[in-house]
Amino acid sequence: MLLSLTGVCKTYDSGAARVDVLRGIDLVLAPGETVALTGESGSGKSTLLHLCAGLDRADGGRIEVAGRDLSGADDATMAALRRDRVGLVFQQFNLIPSLDVGANLAFQARLAGRDEPARIATLADRLGLGGLTGRYPEQLSGGQQQRVAIGRTLAARPALILADEPTGNLDEATGDAVLDLMLELVAEAGAGLLMVTHSPRLAARLSRRVHLSGGRLA
Amino acid sequence: MRRTALSALLSHWRRHPLQLASLLLGLALATALWSGVQAINAEARASYDRAAQVLGQDRLESLVPADGQRVPDAMFAALRRGGWLVSPLVEGRWFRAGQSVQIYGIDPFTAPADSLPPAVAETGGIMDFITPPGRAFAAPETVADLQDAEGLPPLVAAEGVAPGMLIMDIGIAQTLLRADGQVSRFLLAPDQPMGRTPLEQIVPGLERHTPQETADVAELTGSFHLNLTAFGFLSFAVGLFIVHSAIGLAFEQRRPMFRTLRALGLPLKTLVGLLAAEVMLLALIAGLVGIALGYVIAAALLPDVAATLRGLYGATLSGSLSLRPEWWLGGLAIALLGAGVAAAQSLWRLWRLPLLAPAQPRAWARASARGFALLAAVAAGLAGVAVIAGVYGTGIVAGFVLLGALLLSAALALPGALALALAGAERFSRRVLPQWFWADTRQQLPGLSLALMALLLALSANIGVGTMVASFRLTFTEWLDQRLPSELYVTARTEEEALRLRAWLEPRVDALLPIWRVEGPVLGQTAEIYGVADHRTYADNWPMLLAEPDVWQRLARAEGAIVNEQLWRRETLALGDPVPLPGGAVRPLVGVYSDYGNPRGQVIIGVADLVAQFPELDRRRYAIRTDPGAVADLREALVQDFGLPADNMIDQGMVKEISLTVFERTFAVTAALNVLTMGVAGFAMFTSLLTLSTMRLPQLAPVWALGLTRAALARLELLRAMLLAALTMVLAIPVGLLLAWVLLAVVNVAAFGWRLPMHVFPADWLWLAALALAAGGLAAAWPAWRLARIEPATLVKVFADER
Amino acid sequence: MNVKALILAALLPLPALAQGFAGLGQTADGYALPDPGRVLEFPHDHGAHPEFRIEWWYLTANLAGADGRDYGVQWTLFRNALAPGNVGQGWQTAQAWMGHAGLTTPGGHFHAERLGRGGTGQAGVTPAPFAAWIDDWRMESTAPPDTDPYSALALTASGPDFAYDLALVAHGPLVLHGAAGFSVKSEEGQASHYYSQPFYRVTGTLSLPDGPVEVTGQAWLDREWSSQPLTENQEGWDWVSLHLDDGAKLMGYRMRGEPDDYTVGTWIAADGTATPLPEGALTMTPIRRADVAGREVPVGWRLILPDRDLDIEVQALQDASWMATMIPYWEGPVRVTGSHSGRGYLEMTGYE
Repeated sequence: MLLSLTGVCKTYDSGAARVDVLRGIDLVLAPGETVALTGESGSGKSTLLHLCAGLDRADGGRIEVAGRDLSGADDATMAALRRDRVGLVFQQFNLIPSLDVGANLAFQARLAGRDEPARIATLADRLGLGGLTGRYPEQLSGGQQQRVAIGRTLAARPALILADEPTGNLDEATGDAVLDLMLELVAEAGAGLLMVTHSPRLAARLSRRVHLSGGRLA
Repeated sequence: MRRTALSALLSHWRRHPLQLASLLLGLALATALWSGVQAINAEARASYDRAAQVLGQDRLESLVPADGQRVPDAMFAALRRGGWLVSPLVEGRWFRAGQSVQIYGIDPFTAPADSLPPAVAETGGIMDFITPPGRAFAAPETVADLQDAEGLPPLVAAEGVAPGMLIMDIGIAQTLLRADGQVSRFLLAPDQPMGRTPLEQIVPGLERHTPQETADVAELTGSFHLNLTAFGFLSFAVGLFIVHSAIGLAFEQRRPMFRTLRALGLPLKTLVGLLAAEVMLLALIAGLVGIALGYVIAAALLPDVAATLRGLYGATLSGSLSLRPEWWLGGLAIALLGAGVAAAQSLWRLWRLPLLAPAQPRAWARASARGFALLAAVAAGLAGVAVIAGVYGTGIVAGFVLLGALLLSAALALPGALALALAGAERFSRRVLPQWFWADTRQQLPGLSLALMALLLALSANIGVGTMVASFRLTFTEWLDQRLPSELYVTARTEEEALRLRAWLEPRVDALLPIWRVEGPVLGQTAEIYGVADHRTYADNWPMLLAEPDVWQRLARAEGAIVNEQLWRRETLALGDPVPLPGGAVRPLVGVYSDYGNPRGQVIIGVADLVAQFPELDRRRYAIRTDPGAVADLREALVQDFGLPADNMIDQGMVKEISLTVFERTFAVTAALNVLTMGVAGFAMFTSLLTLSTMRLPQLAPVWALGLTRAALARLELLRAMLLAALTMVLAIPVGLLLAWVLLAVVNVAAFGWRLPMHVFPADWLWLAALALAAGGLAAAWPAWRLARIEPATLVKVFADER
Repeated sequence: MNVKALILAALLPLPALAQGFAGLGQTADGYALPDPGRVLEFPHDHGAHPEFRIEWWYLTANLAGADGRDYGVQWTLFRNALAPGNVGQGWQTAQAWMGHAGLTTPGGHFHAERLGRGGTGQAGVTPAPFAAWIDDWRMESTAPPDTDPYSALALTASGPDFAYDLALVAHGPLVLHGAAGFSVKSEEGQASHYYSQPFYRVTGTLSLPDGPVEVTGQAWLDREWSSQPLTENQEGWDWVSLHLDDGAKLMGYRMRGEPDDYTVGTWIAADGTATPLPEGALTMTPIRRADVAGREVPVGWRLILPDRDLDIEVQALQDASWMATMIPYWEGPVRVTGSHSGRGYLEMTGYE
């Protein structure tokens, strides 16, 4: 399995109140599978995604990513996982503002030791960023920025792509175009995709949909 | 409305206590150094003024012997009986066992009204005052200093007497100063009676002098105090960098709040007014804290300053610091002014801001290349000013203009230079992480540039001053060796003893060289005139800068005079120019010698020439040339066999040690200020990094998310700060050397009258580089540590935050 | 007798000097004491008596210009020993000197004050040839040899805005007060040596801001030395020396104090015969007061001396004859009307 969650729990202390965000999540995701994670605001979608990405730790249960158990993994292991196995696409703050588009696209791939300029150039063209590689993130539109983020993720050839409302900041037409492109490229790469969205319309375009409510998946 | 709005604005600081602290502390530190220096200067000025006011000399005319020597006190009665309301004054320095004090002998009966310090005028016991052993009035601290001094009258502590001086009856003073029957000058009462006999008919040879508004020492020490002021200003400027960045950030972060407040109906004018009031309130608080700190700094530095001024200029400073309004008010004013200047830009921007402009805290920290180019243009302009001041300017003011323009120009050019260097590094790095590192560092530059400028100023000031001091020390020690060839120096207690001493010593030593001197006006200012014996010691050792070939023979034949570098530069003399001596004789200039550490002009003529012109001079001092190995035995024999007190002789080593001590203390203050300035610069780095660290999460979070550990990021942060410090240090070296050159070749010449050769000490730079790295590292340590420990949730939140 | 001189000296303005006179009210330890058996000898006693604590040369002159305008001149030199035994020399000489000069005109009053120590030549007195001086102020004998040096004097003094230069010639003998110059001051026995030369005729020049004025007139010189001061319970005194037009002279003073005022004096006949006035013989009553230097000062007086059928009014020539010296007092010329007419000098101290 590419991703396997068993009885995953997560609790937040927010001042006086303890909030049990996740109360035993079970989920599996096979290679090539694309799963939409839906739920209301504050239902814990993003938390779940972050746990899968190794950005945060679960309080209970077990998470395996590409066969590696994350419980008890140290900082370095988690970082290596993020670098080598997982690709992340966020609603915003995806890009590194000090680097230009070209460097941003190649960044994660090069971090993971897979520098493939030709492939990245192709990718840039596919993403419609061919003429923009010398620009800096702040000089791009939102749609362009998100395409760079997707490109960067795919360039690193991750086995699992985790996306958190990747088109949430974009207008409908642009969002649809970006999603189309992402799905197309994910399919080409044969990677798995777990995407958080609150839009049933978008969720319907993925192979499977799970709904998070009351800390459990339905 | 105002109160509600203000509490909303102030709530920002509750949520950002660190920012508040850095703003307050930055301003407080800047004010502290500035007001500390001002406190020292004010204390010195007050001491000088009190010295100038002694016996009303700042208000009263005086009759002064034209040749600068003392006159018989019979002149006093002659003047009084001729209708001139004068009061006699005998003054001089009294030395004993390493202690010295200025003695003023007065006549309480004729001293003009209000010219005596109240404590002196009000004291009882006129008989005790005028009859031996007399009474000496002095500042309480001077009384304490002289507690163990022997040979002085009983001391009476009196407020209002300037420190370092004793006021006593003229008769008592004449005895102490070995000036029996002599008067130094006469004070003229303001209201003179009708029908006086013309002055020339009573006492020829007296000149009427206008009141001395400032004491001599005030002029002599002016450049020293200017130096302190310049340093204080530098520190203040460094502090302002901190304040500017803190205020700018606070404004930027509150933009959404400004927007909301305005949307809710708060007029722009009111908003700007409230913010200005807020800045002033903060400045007031910080200013008060700064003044308190400044007091502490000044109190800590004052003993060294006082020692310097006493050693170098013979000026005595009060050792205790008082809270004078002229500096604490000034400190408060400059704190308010500084905060105002620092806030002006932000207020202006707010004034012109469209209502709905988005908040861009990151944009604030990100200046464009155009910004750097603009800074570079200003820097170039300032460099031009520096060049003009260097080429065309004269005097100490031009020197400081040159220094200021140079430093500011270098500081403003720094961000551009660093950006270029970082861009180069980025281009040449092949791997992704270094590439990101350079790019990210370059992006941090605008936010850090103010702190880095401060660091550059501190570092170059350190290199410059360090080079100057070290060059001076090297030159000075070599010069001391030349200047003090004699093995032992002796002073007889009386003229009669001097004759016996001479007879006793002559068969026992290689040579006996008189050290006889008078003081008097030379070319308009008081100078020392020494007489030298015709002995090869001088030809072999004297540190001549330029000289006629037969200079020593010409002195021996009373056919010439040599002067020190100070006098030569001040009067722009050339060899062969006439040197008029007090009393009317004129000798052609036949040589110039270096004379470091002496603020006054000095003339040397042949000893026979000197005696011929000033037959009354003190002939009790001699230098002895002998086998260095025999000095100890000779001293012993002088004490045991001849009966000269050990206090009346001093050997070469001791003189050198004393001279070097004076020298070291002279620069102790400079060194202390240097360290403090470094401290302020380090603090500027720290607060800037701390501020940036809170804003940097959105920049770091993606990198972390893409697979870097927090520890690695923290290490990079630390490395980045140290790297920037190191780069700044590299740039500071040429700036510092230029600064040293200006100090040695321009400021010193203008301030002290001598020019020193420049020596370079690269080993010191390594030390300083280590210090700079440490400063950068220390400044980055806490932000880095915080980053290493940051909750992943906090990083994650970046991605979720609706900013 | 110039009582004020004693008190003035006791409060010698330069505060530093005051210590020398502290305790003046109690004892005279170490100083010479006035001796009733002593016969004054001249010219020797015209000079200084440094073994006594205090001494003065005190001259007042009533003058008139060619236009009839009245003027008054005061010249005083005080000597004060700072220690008994006339010790020290040069700057350490234990003698202090103080000069006061006053010049009163119908329109105003000028004054000046000088201080100095003995031993430097700045101030002093020599008996023969007689000269008393402080700074450029001088009282010098111009008498021919073998005559009394006081029989003719030259007198000068100057201030920032005035000066005078007078020639004095005596037309009568020296007058000894009390018992042959031994003048008892109190019932406790304090005394001084006290004599006067009240018979001077004066000619000379006053230098005033408006120019020089030639003057003529009369003058009175007091000489007194002592070591013992007066009692402590006196708040001040009023003193007159009067030249009556019939040639007689009157010196009198009223000590204001507790329990009673004490009024004595000397009647001097035109031939110089002196008669001491017992206590109470003379009465002095203020009849006019003026506001002077912020004080109420009685500048008009009624004097009654029944023994001589004397009932006169004494009025100040210039109400503002205020000596604003370090210890201020009133001293100025007066005009005499009533049973007798004449001119004179009035001095008043202790009006606060």
